[in-house]
Amino acid sequence: MRYRRPGLDITSHTLLILCVIVFFLPVWMAIVAATHTQSSLYTGTAPLWFGSEGLGNFLAVLSDPVSRLGTDATRLLLNSTIMALGIAVGKITIAILAAYAIVFFRFPMRMLCFWAIFITLMLPVEVRIMPTYKVVADLGMLNSYSGLILPLIASATATFLFRQFYLTVPPELLEAARVDGAGPWRFLRDILLPLSKTNIAALFVIMFLYGWNQYLWPLLITTESDYMTVVISLKRMLTSADNLVPWHTVTATTLLAMLPPIIVIVLMQRYFVKGLVDTEK
Amino acid sequence: MATFQRHRFTPWILLAPQLAIIAIFFFWPAAQAIVQAFYIEDPFGLGREFVGFENFSRVLTSGEYLRAMGVTALFSATVALGAMGLALLLAVQADRVIHGASGYKTLLIWPYAVAPAVAGVLWMFMFDPNLGLLSAGLESLGIGWNHRVNGGQAMLLVILASIWKQMSYNFVFFLAGLQSIPKSLLEAAAIDGAGPWRRFWTITFPLLSPTTFFLLVMNSVYVFFETFGTIDATTGGGPGGATRTLVYKVYEDGFEGYDLGLSAAQSVILLVLVGLLTLLQFRYIERKVQY
Repeated sequence: MRYRRPGLDITSHTLLILCVIVFFLPVWMAIVAATHTQSSLYTGTAPLWFGSEGLGNFLAVLSDPVSRLGTDATRLLLNSTIMALGIAVGKITIAILAAYAIVFFRFPMRMLCFWAIFITLMLPVEVRIMPTYKVVADLGMLNSYSGLILPLIASATATFLFRQFYLTVPPELLEAARVDGAGPWRFLRDILLPLSKTNIAALFVIMFLYGWNQYLWPLLITTESDYMTVVISLKRMLTSADNLVPWHTVTATTLLAMLPPIIVIVLMQRYFVKGLVDTEK
Repeated sequence: MATFQRHRFTPWILLAPQLAIIAIFFFWPAAQAIVQAFYIEDPFGLGREFVGFENFSRVLTSGEYLRAMGVTALFSATVALGAMGLALLLAVQADRVIHGASGYKTLLIWPYAVAPAVAGVLWMFMFDPNLGLLSAGLESLGIGWNHRVNGGQAMLLVILASIWKQMSYNFVFFLAGLQSIPKSLLEAAAIDGAGPWRRFWTITFPLLSPTTFFLLVMNSVYVFFETFGTIDATTGGGPGGATRTLVYKVYEDGFEGYDLGLSAAQSVILLVLVGLLTLLQFRYIERKVQY
């Protein structure tokens, strides 16, 4: 490796560390602010070190109804969890089945089904938002978990990824299974699903984040605070403030909203990175 | 490809849930959006009138819409270039140092998990006119900061928050791309006397171009749609429409202005734009994947 220059390595490390710090700075400021009282925050510039409240602000937003939201953060976090899990599990389940049918079966109108599914990749929910809202309202699903979850499952990203993966499964496997007398359900359960484990884990991370971080859709269909998610509650907390933003509770709620997805991504980083980079194909 | 052949109904059972969901929540609303774009409906839903392309001409000649287009273009270009440029710079550094690349990946990847709206709120706190750290810093330099009044500053705020969130995604891809470039190529170039700068531009960068192109498409989609949360939570499209993007306008006209035809026409225009983007991506994917 004669082209390595140790002097440059130090520059690289410095640059990277600097960026890591800059990226963490807003989170640090929020963590610190969440340990102060409102009055100690508003004495000057935002503090750089912890205040007197400790975890008090967190416990307060978790147990008492947050001002003008009419619900506490525990409920918000629960709603977000149900929505994110529902979207992740729902999307992966229907995608595994649909991709299985498209790759491993030959039947009339197969190509039509294929295109009907994949055209949905083109239209994120933001584009068809008005009519989708109307459909969900007509079905009486406003302010319900099914209303939060089902419309967001209607996109083919996961189906597309499973199709790509199934296409790489060696045909000999299917031949062997058939010779041994395995039917389609058995092949799916005993051979294909165990092979897809890593893909399922990767997709689970991506879809969980996607569901947890949704904004526009829950904003529209949850008018009752009982179904509000934690991400959209922030906007209401910010706008409901008369003049001074109650940053001590806003930052506490913000951190609570960030924590679950960050835990998921850090714990499952290996799968997540694989999933992301594989989706490129 | 070997397949199951003598099963007539099994594939339909397998496809049923997916087809049902896309029929109800995708095709039905999408068809309605297209139909609605050609009608003017009165806000109380009492009746509607077929107007041909009038909604489209109303949209395309409206000064506000053209302004939103300009805002979207500026916003998209800045965020995509900023998030990709920074990510590439950092990925090259992380790839250079043999030890610690995966450590840096962990330390830089987590903002990807943060919701766009949450990213907006975090940066809003940094720039809060009363107590923000950065706004105070700017104040001491003699620059007054108030993104609630100043349109340019509001734009800068949403741009920074969006870059902060998107950078990690690009970083992961660039790093993976860089690590897949054979080291022998770079060594050969080094032996031939090419310096690091020259090696980067003549070998690394061209070999990264598929990744770069893919990221360009993904970043545009991100800026178009996902940043809605960032904008709505921080600036609400304001002040005075300075941060009102095309998607924000669809939402405003539909849910605040109750002008369904106008909103639907905008949806259709967006649909065409995104369709073109996706087509581009599909062509590229199909070329790259070997069956």
